[in-house]
Amino acid sequence: MTARLTPPVSARDHAQGPADAPVTLVEYGDFECPHCGRAYPIVKTVQRSMGNNLRFVFRNFPLTKSHEHAEHAAEMAEIAGREGKFWEMHDVLFEHQDALEDEDLVAYAAALGIDPASAAAALTQALFRERVREDFASGVKSGVNGTPTFFINGARYDGLLHPTALLEALVLAANPA
Amino acid sequence: MSSLLSAGTPAPDFTLPRGPDAKLRLADSRGHPVILAFYPADWSPVCGDELTVFNEVLPEFQRYRAELLGISVDGVWCHKAYAAARKFDFALLADFEPKGAVSRAYGAYRAQDGFSERALFVLDAAGVIRWSYLSPVGVNPGADGILAALEALK
Repeated sequence: MTARLTPPVSARDHAQGPADAPVTLVEYGDFECPHCGRAYPIVKTVQRSMGNNLRFVFRNFPLTKSHEHAEHAAEMAEIAGREGKFWEMHDVLFEHQDALEDEDLVAYAAALGIDPASAAAALTQALFRERVREDFASGVKSGVNGTPTFFINGARYDGLLHPTALLEALVLAANPA
Repeated sequence: MSSLLSAGTPAPDFTLPRGPDAKLRLADSRGHPVILAFYPADWSPVCGDELTVFNEVLPEFQRYRAELLGISVDGVWCHKAYAAARKFDFALLADFEPKGAVSRAYGAYRAQDGFSERALFVLDAAGVIRWSYLSPVGVNPGADGILAALEALK
């Protein structure tokens, strides 16, 4: 049973880096999960090392029973994404994992130049709940086994959450033997 | 290395504590699919481990009327605290006395370590194993295999 990313990365995904990069790293993550918080700087490190050889994609996998703020945090990232600021919000959320109440989320939106009233309304109306649910369902289908779960060129990465180990796996994927 | 019971085998019946005052007999769960999730120990250091994921996927399992049962060699009080801390909405069974007997019956016991393997079984409504999976050491299985097996039961 090899866990494969399903569906593959497409235009609906949030991506950093060139679409034709030889390696695509996909993270299924939860903005309130401490392990995802630990992964955040590790991903930044490998992105710096790989440069244009890496495309990074983030999909939501909120563990809502463990993390009461995770669902709204995921939705707020998507709300920001509507205005082209997904990655700015992604970074803010991971840098403020201890302050994810709804009023914090709206304040982060305002700080990014997003109208706070419309951001708050989108949260209340759950405009992006379905989108987050689609991400979650795709994660289940892909074999996500915890958060964070990474996929490298579609195959689940079961290695260590460590910059050296992750970078080795990415370099190997970029230069298959 | 133990040999995992495979598809087509009638699931060995058992009765295990599901809490300080309650027992569960597998045969009483006939009539709907059952997912048995053997795992090494409560309080694994990973917060987002397989049981946490399965807990989130319960509504999907319920669409197939499937019941999820977690099984490890931990005792009932340990299970109770663990389930409460993780807000699990499914039963954890204590394969505690005699230690690991049920895990052994399913070929899912690591005698050298003294705990259960990470192993999954999907049982049909008649109590026959229709899918089983042994995870490599240190790798949590996802829910994808379980859902594919449940889909195949239909």
